[in-house]
Amino acid sequence: MAPAIPAIEFRNLEVRAPQGRVILDGVSLESAEGTVTAILGRSGSGKTTLLRTVNRMIEPTSGEILVHGQPVHSADLIALRRGMGYVIQETGLFPHFTVERNAGLVLEAQGRPRQERARRSRELLAAVGLDPDTFRRRYPHQLSGGQRQRVGLARALAADPAILLMDEPFGALDPLTRAEMQDMLRDLLGRLHKTVLLVTHDLDEALYLGDRIVLLSEGRLIADLPREAFLSSREPQVIEYIRAFHRGERDDPLRAPSFSRSVRKRWETTNPNPGGEEGSR
Amino acid sequence: MNAFLNQYGGQIGTLTVEHLWLTGAAMLFATAIAVPVGVWLTRSPRWARPVIGISNVLQTIPSLAMFGFLLPLPWLGERAARIAIAALTAYALLPILRNTYAGICGIDPAVIEVARALGLTGRQRLFKVELPLAASFILAGLRTATVTCVGIATIAAAVGAGGLGELIFRGVASVDNRLVMAGAVPAALLALLADGALGLLERRFKVPA
Repeated sequence: MAPAIPAIEFRNLEVRAPQGRVILDGVSLESAEGTVTAILGRSGSGKTTLLRTVNRMIEPTSGEILVHGQPVHSADLIALRRGMGYVIQETGLFPHFTVERNAGLVLEAQGRPRQERARRSRELLAAVGLDPDTFRRRYPHQLSGGQRQRVGLARALAADPAILLMDEPFGALDPLTRAEMQDMLRDLLGRLHKTVLLVTHDLDEALYLGDRIVLLSEGRLIADLPREAFLSSREPQVIEYIRAFHRGERDDPLRAPSFSRSVRKRWETTNPNPGGEEGSR
Repeated sequence: MNAFLNQYGGQIGTLTVEHLWLTGAAMLFATAIAVPVGVWLTRSPRWARPVIGISNVLQTIPSLAMFGFLLPLPWLGERAARIAIAALTAYALLPILRNTYAGICGIDPAVIEVARALGLTGRQRLFKVELPLAASFILAGLRTATVTCVGIATIAAAVGAGGLGELIFRGVASVDNRLVMAGAVPAALLALLADGALGLLERRFKVPA
């Protein structure tokens, strides 16, 4: 079988800051259709920059990004961006729009009729776990952090984009809300078949949501592994990263008491046969 | 008092309308200039300092001198009302310009980022996001400008542009305080009225954080 065209492909990507500092240094990476790639790394490792090159919020100094085989630099900017959902930690909901209008924003930008937008908003709000009748007329300042993030996700999904870019979407939430959101997202992605790039520095989140896990350090790609292989990687920087999360553990962190109990439980229930569920390649 | 009102009531009315017209026209021009320029400055921030600086300097010119400067200019100098409107426009620029710029710059960067990332065009971003979110700021600038200009417009009478200043100047010349008051009180009321009305509008556009 001929190899499928990856949904997103980075080819030898380099990004330099105007002062010449290297932010991304020769990153090559492929993300298969319908998979979740979790991008891990400490602050300043270039993971957000990598994400933002896909929808051309940042233009690379050299190298190429292909989306479904087409280079993004020659794509129509507006169409490219409308074809991708974008979710960030700060949500960036429009404070002067109701929840319904926020959720239907991309459709509004596309000039779709009002009824269609309203219908789609209802659908989306329900999909992200918000009762449309309760929430559609509210304004962002009347929502909790988790609810805002749900609206942000609904907005990103409005035009049914094939690709979802998520930059630490749950980074600002308390652990319980975060776990709820992760469950909701996992459930949603299981049904929607999106290609997702998920930037996070939370190893548990990466393991829970990612099919592949990528580790960046100082702008370089350190590891690009299936979820199951990540924890057993012998790459020193991967080991260092895992250790930082599960301090004091020398052996398999999945068995270690400090490994987030809720995640371990979910991991075990959703992976009865570890290794058998691997995403791609 | 009654006799005074009988004698001057009609004049006060006409001059008030004239005053309103001078100020209103100036506000329209100033808004039409300052809002687009303010938006442009948010796109080219390196121009912000010099441009706001220039409008700041305009603001410092004493009003009587400003009317004097404009007097010899061709076309403008031909009609007193033109001079008055041009001068008032110049004074109104700074508050509107500064508030438009600050209002847009003050929008949560995450909101602007998402607007770009979700594929809003530049025009959609401006009209759906930036201007609505900066509206209360812009209106606050317009309010400051209006109140200032209602006051300054009284001096336009010095170049013969009419308005309530005419009564004040006449009163001063004839040492008749009633005439001074007949010009000053309606001018003050106009300023308060404009302040109140625009203040209401400003609150209406305030976006809860």
